[in-house]
Formats: sequence, structure tokens, C-alpha cells
Amino acid sequence: MAKLDISTTEGELRMALGGRLDADGVAPIWQQARAALDRNRALPVRVEAAGVDYCDGAGLAFLVDLRRHPRQGGAAVEIQGLPERFRRLLDQFDPAAFRSAPAARQAGEGIFASIGRSAAALGLDLKSQVAFVGEAGRALALALRHPRQVRWRDTLAVAEAAGVNALPIVTLVAFILGVIIAYQSALTMRQFGAEVYVADLIGISMVRELAPLMTAILLAGRSGAAFAAEIATMRVNEEIDALSTFGFDPVPFLVLPRVLAAMVVTPVLAVYADGISILGGAVTLRLFQVPLVTFYNEVFSWVQMHDLLGGLFKCLVFGLVIAGIGCLRGLQTGNGAVAVGISTTRAVVSALVLIVVVDGAFAVVYYHLGI
Amino acid sequence: MSGPLISVQGLAVGFGGQPLLEGIGFEVEQGQVLVIIGESGCGKTLLLKNMIGLYRPLAGRVLIAGTDLAASEGDQRRAVQRKFGVAYQSGALFGSMSLLDNVRLPLEEYTRLDDAAIELVARLKLSQVGLLGSEAKMPAELSGGMQKRAAIARAMALDPAILFLDEPSAGLDPVTAAGIDQLILQLSDAQGITFVVVTHELASIFAIADRAVMLDREARGIIAAGKPEDLRDHSPHPRVARFFHREAAP
Repeated sequence: MAKLDISTTEGELRMALGGRLDADGVAPIWQQARAALDRNRALPVRVEAAGVDYCDGAGLAFLVDLRRHPRQGGAAVEIQGLPERFRRLLDQFDPAAFRSAPAARQAGEGIFASIGRSAAALGLDLKSQVAFVGEAGRALALALRHPRQVRWRDTLAVAEAAGVNALPIVTLVAFILGVIIAYQSALTMRQFGAEVYVADLIGISMVRELAPLMTAILLAGRSGAAFAAEIATMRVNEEIDALSTFGFDPVPFLVLPRVLAAMVVTPVLAVYADGISILGGAVTLRLFQVPLVTFYNEVFSWVQMHDLLGGLFKCLVFGLVIAGIGCLRGLQTGNGAVAVGISTTRAVVSALVLIVVVDGAFAVVYYHLGI
Repeated sequence: MSGPLISVQGLAVGFGGQPLLEGIGFEVEQGQVLVIIGESGCGKTLLLKNMIGLYRPLAGRVLIAGTDLAASEGDQRRAVQRKFGVAYQSGALFGSMSLLDNVRLPLEEYTRLDDAAIELVARLKLSQVGLLGSEAKMPAELSGGMQKRAAIARAMALDPAILFLDEPSAGLDPVTAAGIDQLILQLSDAQGITFVVVTHELASIFAIADRAVMLDREARGIIAAGKPEDLRDHSPHPRVARFFHREAAP
């Protein structure tokens, strides 16, 4: 343990230090010493340190703290008798350098400045999204004209990861969604003896809206996030820079395979989800004494080809948006592990927002087209 | 405490049960600077990670101040871990914290110092590695050399008895690298800190090492141990001589 005796004699403050000056040793005496210095600002201070038999970084910090203390009228703090090996360590620190507070991050700015900054950031973000859409569009057009230049092997791998591997979760969610909607509507419809029309309701709502939307949301959470995290990590590891210096443009090289794969996989998953959710509805309606044959006939007499195709075309656009925004957020990554997290979050949030906006736009367009 | 501070006994390390190095044994005395050398890919970093308990050895044991880290748990394990600090190859600074906060973190968790005191201790550490004035910077804003120096400052935060440094001067300019060598010597002389340094910078091996242990992939173990000057001038092993004379393999 460290020892500290403080006494005031003949117009000077005397501090006798001894023992082990390490983190455990100086913790109890530090405040005591600081308070004594604060009380006697005008007195010269003599620290007798001959009794110190160990001093590490924390002990040195304690001594530097004594030396850097602001004194009045040249009343210096003098440390005497410190063993030579610790003296050398102590002398490498200039107390004056530690008198000022450490440089801080820039303080918070005013409300107008931060509103302006956010608005500018939003504008820049919109601009980069537009630019990215343009680049991705050019890459797509190029891919149509020169299909041999597309990295089909990567595209297949992405399609497997984003599509085939998503089947279990799509099955689960689609089936449960079918069961829930069938059950909730059948409870109400039974009061009118109209349970059988639940089949039409399930068919239309699933095929036109819910299955595409649910597939898109699952894809955004699973694969949009994965695209963003993967590309963001590549950015952090300078892999994107390496690609560029080889003359590979990251958009055709990384973005195009993912966008193509997502555009293929989303409609396929949606058709699958259509089937599974309608199956869920059929199983549920059996509980309400609607036979499978009746259910089948009802669904297929109501659901038309244009309902199905309308839903699938939407999925094509969802796939494009999800993969595109995931890749864009990945490419926009800054530095470090935190930036990867931020990019992934932004990818999923932007994808969800865009899915809802696109879905709304399609509803308006389909209404006017009479689909 | 008597006896060596670190004792490695019959250690076998590797991946998936497949040993890369076998029968490793050496000791490090208090205050010594030991360097682990060897060509790239011979398992230097792997050996280091086994010594600090990140990986479990396939066989043998590592005693740090008499305790086997791999066999201890809970408070006993933490007590051993507090005896050493580690600076990783790539720095491994926490990216979401400023430099000062990186160094402050262990002090806040493990000491009873007050806020002002912790700040001063952390700033002294940063000034020892020449980073005073960069306290508020984030790791991403630093050059590679600064990140390595900051990692050493963080490893020293709790004044450990042993510092493990994984390639502290690789990729640094000669002036900064010499500064790190000087820092190692100063800490070892004045504070008696023991160092285990993985490196293949010849200049820094001769500057800092009391003892060198050379690993070899083909021999799957230590092929030479001793003072670096002796290894350079008197080793009968051709691969040792090539390493110290910087000659390409035939």
C-alpha cells in the first residue's frame, strides 16, 4: 500500500510519500493529495518520495498530477528523493502538456446547423440513389446485350443462398399467415353462413398482395442485410479498392449478380408462398366444414391469371429494389466494424420503406389499369 | 515469486487436432525480452494465442506466474489475465470508441481510480507511445502505425507484468519502429516489464531481444534458441543462418 503524510511547516506544504505507488495504492490517497494542494494554492510544495519502493503507470500519473497542479505566484511543486529509476520515467512526461484538457470531439452544434446538415445529407443520399439506379440500369442493359459478361456462377450462388435456403422460413411464415387469415375471417363469415367465401378472400389477398409483400420482407431481412454486410466488410477490408485497381467496376462485378439473382428468386418464392398460404387456408377451413374440393373450386374460379401475374411482376421490382439498396448501402460503408452495422441497418430500413412505397404505387397503377 | 514468470512445457499447438508445432518448451524470466521469430506461416501468432489462453493447446501447458491459464476458470483466470497485456497484430482497437476511451476502458473496469485520475493515466500511456494530442481521434482516422502504437498503449493500461506484442513494428517506418523498440527497452529496464514479442524485423530483434526462439514449419518446433547474436554467428542450422543474413531460400 502507498502511504501519504501531509504537514504544513514554515510556509511550505510537505508531503511524505512511501510504499507501492500502483493503481490500488494511489486510489485512496489521490483525492486527499489533490484536496491538500487545492487548499494551499499559494504555498510551495515539497514531496518527499524517498520511501517509494515501487511506481508504475498509475503511480507516475499520480506524481504528474501533483506536478501539473495549477499554483499561484510560482509556488512550485518539487518532488525530491524519488529513486533514480522512477525519476527517469517521471521526467519523460512534461507536466505542462497535461495541464490542458484533452482535445475533445467537436461539441454539439446548434439546431439550425444540424437541420441543415441532415437536409444536406438527405439530398446527397437521394442523389447517390439516383446515380446508383442509373449505374445499375446501365449494367443491366449491358448484361442483356452481352450476357456472356455476366458472372453467372456468382449469380447462381447468390440465388441459392437467397432463394433455395430461404424455403424453410418462407414455408413457415406463408403457412401460418394462411391459417391466421383464414381463421380470423372464417369466425366472422360464419355468422352469415358465408364460410365458403373465405376461400376467395384468401386466394385474392394472398396472390395479389400478401404473399409478394411477405416474401419481399423476408428477403429484405435475410438477403438484403446479407448483401449489405458482405459488401460493407469488403469495403472495410479494401477488397473493393482491390477490385477497382484491377479495372473491375464494382457495380457489374458485385451488384449485378445479386440484383439478377434476387429478381429471379423473388417471384419464384412468391409463387411458392402463394401455394403454401392457400394450403394453410384450406386446412383451416376444413375445421369449418368446407371440403377441400369446394375450397379448390372457389379459389380457382375467383383468382384470375392477371392477379397472379400482377403479383409476380411486383415481386420482380421488389427483388430489384431489395438487392439494389442492399448493395448500395454496402458500397457506401465508412470505416470499421461500426460502419458495417450502420450499413446493414440502413439497408434493411431503406428496403422496407421502398417495398411499401413501391407496393402503394403498384396499387394505384393496377387500379387505373383495371387489373 | 521465484522461478520463471512464463514457462511453456511440451506444448503442441495446431488446428483441428492437427499439430503445427509440437514439443515446444521454453521459459521467460522476469524482466526478460523474448522474441519469437520464424518465417511467415510457421505458427508464431498461433503459439502466442495459445500462450495467452485464446486457444486451448493440443498438449502440454503454459504457466504464467505458476498458473495454467487453460486449466483455470472464473476469478482465477481473470487474475492471471490481469498479469499480462496483449497488443494484436492489426491493433484491434475498438472502432466505436475514441483512442482515449480505448485506453480508459480497462482502467474503468479494473481500478478504483476516479475519473480525472483515469483520464490522466490513459493520457500518460498515450504520450508514452507518442500519441498525445490524438486522444479524441477514432481508430479509423489513424494510420496503421498509429493504430499499432495505440494498441500498445491500451495493452499497457493496467501496468501488466508481461506484455505480449504481435508484430509491433511490422509495416512501420524505421523511425517509428525504432521508437517502439526504444519504448520496449525503457519499459523493461525501468519497470521490469517482461516482453514476449513476435517479430521478424531483424533490426528490432538485435535491438531488443535478450533471447530469441526460432520456430520452423518443417521441423514443427523450435530449431534454435539463444541470444540473437549467437544464433546469427554460430548456428549450424542453415535455415537459421539464412534468416539472420536475410538470404533467399535456395
